[in-house]
Amino acid sequence: MAKIIVVTSGKGGVGKTTTAASFAAGLAMRGNKTVVIDFDVGLRNLDLIMGCERRVVFDFINVISGEANLKQALIRDKRHENLYILAASQTRDKDALNQEGVERTLNKLAEDFDYIICDSPAGIETGAIMAMYFADEALVVTNPEVSSVRDSDRVLGMLSSKTKRAKEGGEPVKEHLVVTRYAANRVGKGEMLSLDDINDILGIPLLGVIPESEKVLNASNSGTPVAMEDNADAGQAYLDLVARFLGENRPMRFTEAKKKFLDRLMGR
Amino acid sequence: MGWLDVFRSNDKKTSAQTAKERLQVVVAHRRGGGGDHPAYFPQLQQDLLAVLRKYVQVGDDAVQMEIEREGDLEVLELNITLPEDSRH
Ligand SMILES: Nc1ncnc2c1ncn2[C@@H]1O[C@H](COP(=O)(O)OP(=O)(O)OP(=O)(O)O)[C@@H](O)[C@H]1O
Ligand SMILES: [Mg+2]
Repeated sequence: MAKIIVVTSGKGGVGKTTTAASFAAGLAMRGNKTVVIDFDVGLRNLDLIMGCERRVVFDFINVISGEANLKQALIRDKRHENLYILAASQTRDKDALNQEGVERTLNKLAEDFDYIICDSPAGIETGAIMAMYFADEALVVTNPEVSSVRDSDRVLGMLSSKTKRAKEGGEPVKEHLVVTRYAANRVGKGEMLSLDDINDILGIPLLGVIPESEKVLNASNSGTPVAMEDNADAGQAYLDLVARFLGENRPMRFTEAKKKFLDRLMGR
Repeated sequence: MGWLDVFRSNDKKTSAQTAKERLQVVVAHRRGGGGDHPAYFPQLQQDLLAVLRKYVQVGDDAVQMEIEREGDLEVLELNITLPEDSRH
């Protein structure tokens, strides 16, 4: 049975799409048949980050409305045969996403895939709720910054009240904290919330820390999930995160500031 | 600790510490008290909102409540934010 995982945050621009792309890529690289779905109707971007924007003919909304079937809309990644993407519509509005349609599509995908990753839009409205509604687990993407942490807390509230699991009183959605754009040197100076701070405030288990890295922008320029790039710190951090998700024990990396020579001399 | 630390003032809070403290308050508040608030808190908040809305249009977060404890004294601190144009 497929596992459905939503990548969500509340606040916009914190790295959901970056995370969804690399998480899906990492799962696929580890031999799992994985599909990543863009729920950001009207503002699709996942196709660009995955580098398949020119191959989108039909999208998620076409499938929901019956204008196309899944086979026509699923795009197979050129680099990994286990990886597929389902693009969002660029033209429709978010009301085109209806719960029955989403459920039907997810059920159909579940017959074929090991993991279904849902890239949520920002906000706390229909699109975001639809993306999390059928989730078994959630990656809550948070930046070390006050408004992002607060919004993550609100999203945690939604996961425990607005999802199918919450409504049907089953086991709650399993929550994982993903801290992205972490700048260890600024944390060291007391200018930015630390991992421990965020952990203390939100109280959900930390699955991974992704450093602030220029490699992310480079990867998005070329349409490659950063997890597929060699020698990219952020990519390595995503692969570690995937390994932990699959049950391996991996210490957190990229969480310590690189010490300058002078600082070392003075024992700082 | 390096020898330079002697010259740094130690009692100054970093901005991250301030951020953490502020966040802990808002999160505890959203979570209905985090164990610290009485059970009637969320309902009281809703009722106060309803009363307010008879007179002014306010958002869901217009009523902020905290319990302050000092020794065995408990103070209910109520903070109501009115919209800017509520005076006419
Ligand atoms: N670890 C990182 N280091 C540096 N930049 C990053 C990192 N993660 C994401 N970014 C950048 O932040 C921006 C927003 O990322 P992304 O599109 O993944 O966020 P999002 O949460 O999906 O946004 P939206 O809410 O609009 O859907 C992008 O420009 C991306 O390149
Ligand atoms: Mg996005």
